[in-house]
Amino acid sequence: MQLFTDPILNVIAWTLIKFAGFVLVFVMGLATVLTWTERKYSALIQNRPGPNRANIGNLRLGGLFHMLADPIKMLTKEDFSPDTPNPIMFRLAPIVAFIPALMVFAVIPFGPGDQMVIANTELGILFIFAISSLNVYGAVMGSWASNNKWSLMGGLRITAQMISYEVAIGLVLCGVFMIYGSVDLQQIVVAQGQTILGFLPAWGIFTQPLAFILYLACAIAENKRAPFDTAEAESELTAGWWTEYSSMNFAVLALSEFIEIVLIGCLGATLFLGGWHIPGVSGDTPLLVALQIGAFLLKAIFLVWLQMTIRWTLPRFRYDQVMRLGWRIMLPAALANLVLTGIALTLIDRR
Amino acid sequence: MSATTSPASGFASSGLTASGLSAAQSLKASADRSGDLMTINMGPSHPATHGTVKFVLTLDGEMVRDVDIHIGYLHRGFEKMAEQGTWQQVLPYTDRLNYVSPMVNNVGYVMAVEKLMGIEATPRTQYIRMLISEISRITDHFTGLAAGALELGGFTPFLYGVQAREGLYPIVEELTGARLTTSYTRIGGLRADLPDDYEAHVMKALDEALALLSKMDKLLTKNRIFYDRMIGTGQLSQQDAIDSGCTGIMLRCTGVDWDLRKHQPYLKYDEMDFDVIIGHQGDNYDRYLCRFEEIHQSYSIIKQIFQKMPKGPIDIDDWKVCLPPKDAVYNSIEGMIAHFKLVIDGHQVPPGEIYAAVEGGNGEVGFYAVSQGNGRPYRIHVRPPCFYAMGILKKLIVGHFLSDIVPTFDTLNMIGGEVDR
Repeated sequence: MQLFTDPILNVIAWTLIKFAGFVLVFVMGLATVLTWTERKYSALIQNRPGPNRANIGNLRLGGLFHMLADPIKMLTKEDFSPDTPNPIMFRLAPIVAFIPALMVFAVIPFGPGDQMVIANTELGILFIFAISSLNVYGAVMGSWASNNKWSLMGGLRITAQMISYEVAIGLVLCGVFMIYGSVDLQQIVVAQGQTILGFLPAWGIFTQPLAFILYLACAIAENKRAPFDTAEAESELTAGWWTEYSSMNFAVLALSEFIEIVLIGCLGATLFLGGWHIPGVSGDTPLLVALQIGAFLLKAIFLVWLQMTIRWTLPRFRYDQVMRLGWRIMLPAALANLVLTGIALTLIDRR
Repeated sequence: MSATTSPASGFASSGLTASGLSAAQSLKASADRSGDLMTINMGPSHPATHGTVKFVLTLDGEMVRDVDIHIGYLHRGFEKMAEQGTWQQVLPYTDRLNYVSPMVNNVGYVMAVEKLMGIEATPRTQYIRMLISEISRITDHFTGLAAGALELGGFTPFLYGVQAREGLYPIVEELTGARLTTSYTRIGGLRADLPDDYEAHVMKALDEALALLSKMDKLLTKNRIFYDRMIGTGQLSQQDAIDSGCTGIMLRCTGVDWDLRKHQPYLKYDEMDFDVIIGHQGDNYDRYLCRFEEIHQSYSIIKQIFQKMPKGPIDIDDWKVCLPPKDAVYNSIEGMIAHFKLVIDGHQVPPGEIYAAVEGGNGEVGFYAVSQGNGRPYRIHVRPPCFYAMGILKKLIVGHFLSDIVPTFDTLNMIGGEVDR
């Protein structure tokens, strides 16, 4: 559809519209709702009512307004900063942690067709790797500039952990590229529309089951959420590298964590759950496209739910155990998966 | 058994650090650059140091090289306060010793005084005292288990444990009128008899608590992450446990079969059929399992108590020990004088000194009382079980990871009110 006659203006306009629709409404919206959902869902697991006080008039909606009350509270709190020799770095850290988390959504296809992705680039997953690697800098800068020993220890843990798991997650996803023969996420999704053995959709979870489990574990570790939250570890490091952050700085850090939860969900849905595909349905009527976008969002939300259940069920690893798991189990398993996938593909080709 | 772990059982000594060196290697390597050690204060207001304690840690990366443990933040001068009032007036202070199992302290204190006076409570009172001891033991163990889960990041099992404990507090409240400041026992008796239908209420609350306990069991006991964190960490050798004066679970987890209820039976514990739960490794996981199993044992004891509990009076029939009934106070001169003497002068405890101990949630809660025969304690000393465990804590921490302090400190179950008095 042409909004402007000038093709460049047209591309910009559509990109902005897609950005607003997908990132601002869905991703940011979901991340904001997650701040409430996480507390409410954990309350459900833990036999307690959870947040239910915030209200407008007499309308409470189960405390849904807490997600409005929280930003108001955060914005009006004192913006405390510790006595640090690096105040600029201290301020910069939440931004550096936040922006890459948001940027990677540019390449995630949320619906069928070349237009249903914000930036239609062939880089796909490589772009995600490149950008999400920057995430660690936020943590390093924040923990260093906090001028606090607990923060520093959290920062040290986080750096080692994120770098280790980045290696594993890269190798895990290589198996997916081998199966579908592309790094372009839209093409991967299209390839998942086929069926295997006649009835099973060729989703990543069926063609690469081991990779799916490894991906989920590595991604949670990458996002430093429980059970891999050694960097935050409130019982050991008070609040780890977040200790000195308060008011909106803290909120931005917390929000970037929630955005990453959504990212893990979206990427997992794209690579392993068939993206926007609805099994057994094909066509390109506008209604179907809308349904397919809905299916993609639902799959992403399912993975978000899974992450929350894991978060509230498992205790925390010890730092050295996390590292051991990463290098001694995740990495060899990812390599084994790669080799097995290669052998399987060769055998299938030969037949 | 040594203080370090065996290769088969734990990660503490065989664990990798980030650089890929084993812990022992990295310790050795860093010995050459002692300037890199970092001193850091863990506590007194740190999430893990509940009960208020401070660890001054010397860290080499993640490894604890030295620790200085500071206690005393909750010092209230209990022992000095005990010298100011009558014997009975000391009782409310004992609530605040181990504040997660206050009724055991009540029982221990009055037993010491009664022993000094050479009197024995009525059979029914003895059974009720046993009952409240076991209820307290269960609340104590639930607190220990729950906090242990919380420290390892398991917020859900923590809340299950707390919920189970909260389910038991109403029956404590029904009995004593308070959740925590129970002050239920009296010298020579109790504040009151059991309320109506108490057995049904207790059993209902306990069944609900045990259901939550089995939920915690499912979430933790066989969870690989939890197991890896607990097994082989905080390992205490049998010799160290005995030498340092550890009692209760800290002693039993190392395999020493010692439980005051069994080996120095007081009240009617010799009539009860229960097992002493002992571990064999002395690590955090054993202490966790011991707590778990002791809850089940206490449950069975409580069942037996209700079966065997006789009817009869609560207070002994001696107006010099127990307050006379109100009817006698208001209507007879003897009753009024007895009441007056007991309230104003206090119990006339004969001169002498005595030590009496009960098995509390954390181990041997002992009271050493000295009387000069003037109605007031001359000196009361408490033997808090955690105090001795805190003495050995340094040995369990040094040479292990920073993260291991948390479960070790927790399965030790330090209660500030008890240690600092």
